Amino acid sequence: MLAFVEGVGLVGPGLRGWQASRAIFAGKQGYSRAPTAVAASELLPAAERRRAGVPVKLALAAGQEALANAGRDAAATATVFASSSGDCDNLHYILEALATPERQISPTRFHNSVHNAVAGYWSIATQCRAASTSLCCHDGSFAAGLLEAASQVAVAGAPVALIAYDHPYPEPLNAVRPISGDFGLALVLAPQATDRAVATLDVAFVAQETDATRVADPGLEALRTGVPAARSLPLLSALARGFRGTVILEYVAGTHLRVAVTPCA
Amino acid sequence: MQSLAISHYSVVNCLGAGARAVADAMRDKRSGLARCDFETVALDTYIGRVPGLEEARVRPDLGAYDCRNNRLAQLGIELDGFAGAVAQARDRYGAARVGVFLGTSTSGILETELAYRRRDPRTGALPPDYRYAQTHNTFSLADFVRRYLGLQGPAFVVSSACSSTAKVFGNAARMMAAGVCDAAVVGGVDTLCLTTLYGFHSLELTSRGPCRPFDAERDGLSIGEGAGFALLERVGVRPEDRAMLLLGIGESCDAYHMSTPHPEGLGARLAMQRALESAGLAPADIDYVNLHGTATRTNDAAEDRSVHELFGDGTPCSSTKGATGHLLGAAGITEIIISILAIEHGLMPGSANTRRIDPAMKCRYLIEPRKARARRVLSNSFGFGGSNCSVVLGAAG
Repeated sequence: MLAFVEGVGLVGPGLRGWQASRAIFAGKQGYSRAPTAVAASELLPAAERRRAGVPVKLALAAGQEALANAGRDAAATATVFASSSGDCDNLHYILEALATPERQISPTRFHNSVHNAVAGYWSIATQCRAASTSLCCHDGSFAAGLLEAASQVAVAGAPVALIAYDHPYPEPLNAVRPISGDFGLALVLAPQATDRAVATLDVAFVAQETDATRVADPGLEALRTGVPAARSLPLLSALARGFRGTVILEYVAGTHLRVAVTPCA
Repeated sequence: MQSLAISHYSVVNCLGAGARAVADAMRDKRSGLARCDFETVALDTYIGRVPGLEEARVRPDLGAYDCRNNRLAQLGIELDGFAGAVAQARDRYGAARVGVFLGTSTSGILETELAYRRRDPRTGALPPDYRYAQTHNTFSLADFVRRYLGLQGPAFVVSSACSSTAKVFGNAARMMAAGVCDAAVVGGVDTLCLTTLYGFHSLELTSRGPCRPFDAERDGLSIGEGAGFALLERVGVRPEDRAMLLLGIGESCDAYHMSTPHPEGLGARLAMQRALESAGLAPADIDYVNLHGTATRTNDAAEDRSVHELFGDGTPCSSTKGATGHLLGAAGITEIIISILAIEHGLMPGSANTRRIDPAMKCRYLIEPRKARARRVLSNSFGFGGSNCSVVLGAAG
């Protein structure tokens, strides 16, 4: 399945936006890990901005950057959201409350607990009524999102914004499902080459176990294995370096995605 | 879109196990709702519970996945000859060519709710027998089903609250159109848990009695649980079957509020329009609409408005949630199967527990079941976050 990458957005530990991070992927600047810096989006109305958790901030920051780079209108662009775990802080509060005799949970916490809460906030922020889906595939969530987004581009023939994000659980869930940092990325994919296109991706599902492509920098490689959404880093690195070749992405056990990357001239 | 064959399906919920039980309940306008007796829940509400899940266990080789949600998944897979049909598809296409696209809203969260009561008093740690990936994680349902059925094709879970298991038909259709797989297992499961019972209670959206969709005195929903699965194949692969067809699907967002539908039903209407466009049909081609009809004040009013705007007052429609309860993430597949049964049996379902239609409602709402030929049916599923999905189904030939 062919898709043109028109825009990239990124926010993560020591990664402050796609433009600022390209030099790190290209090896021109060292990577040093620092807490993810992300602010609430100005696009959200005040009430929603107050209620939104970290995943909403990650998704909006990465998504807005990618759409701006692509020169696309967010209100008219379909979306695919992918995350392993949704709003982990919010879930922990609910579970703690349900373990008390009172079992009082707030309505806001409850509606924030759905896996598609981020998609809901996104549509309110951007006033987008185009189709949107919210996927989960544990450690393979980014690959699942890319597969879905590529199939939409191929079949519907319209651009789509793929937005993947993950946010750590507090204890005690962190001990059984460690996610090492806050990470969000977005790719705007389109069916045709435009002057914004940076690369062509040819995405293929392969039902074989294979090692995923790694990233050379040890700090970035630790981030890749530590955060499900950061399983995207080999692809982001390829895009930043203008790499031509194949990137293998981790997907469901016993399978992988093979992505042939061709930079646009 | 290119129509797809729904060659097999299975269903289980509080109305019973299997398509026959659900069809009989529709014919008899029977409700499966009963006063809430789930776990230690102390709420004055009704639920649609599947009996026997506490004693059930998943297949021993997949014992790590044992939880209420996956037990119900297994129960569903083993009904209506579904597992056998998938085994045939696996042989026909190859295990890597059959996708698994399922929906759930809360997956096995009940396990985590119970584990939080058993945290180590000193360290706060979860009990050592707690298994996150196989039970709690949203993907655990598709992971379990994929392993249970021995499939190796593409897989993921769509979790968009109450539209989840309708939307998976779109994912499967795209994957098949793009050539990523040749067949797909779609549908999904949601099971009772404290998060949704206490959560909807906190929003004051649960009824104290059995829910009464479109009733003048409706006062909220009844939460249920259920599983439903469908096998999608290309049309003509099995010409010997009189297959039911997936004709179209439409998806939209409200872009309005996290837990309240757009008051004019704007997103709902967009989803229905897109589904009709995708099927190449006009509103007049639809014989029956299975409504989302949760029995909350706001959902039913907004949905009535959008359905009336599109279909006028001539197209029969009803919500079956007075019979099943609101199966949340499993509502989509359950009502798609109920829609298929309506076509197969020539019976448009009535609305169990609805006594008097709200006089403000304008669409042609059926309280009593109606024996009538329905060749094409549209089914609505709407969820939190303003996620809407409509699916058009039809008889082949």
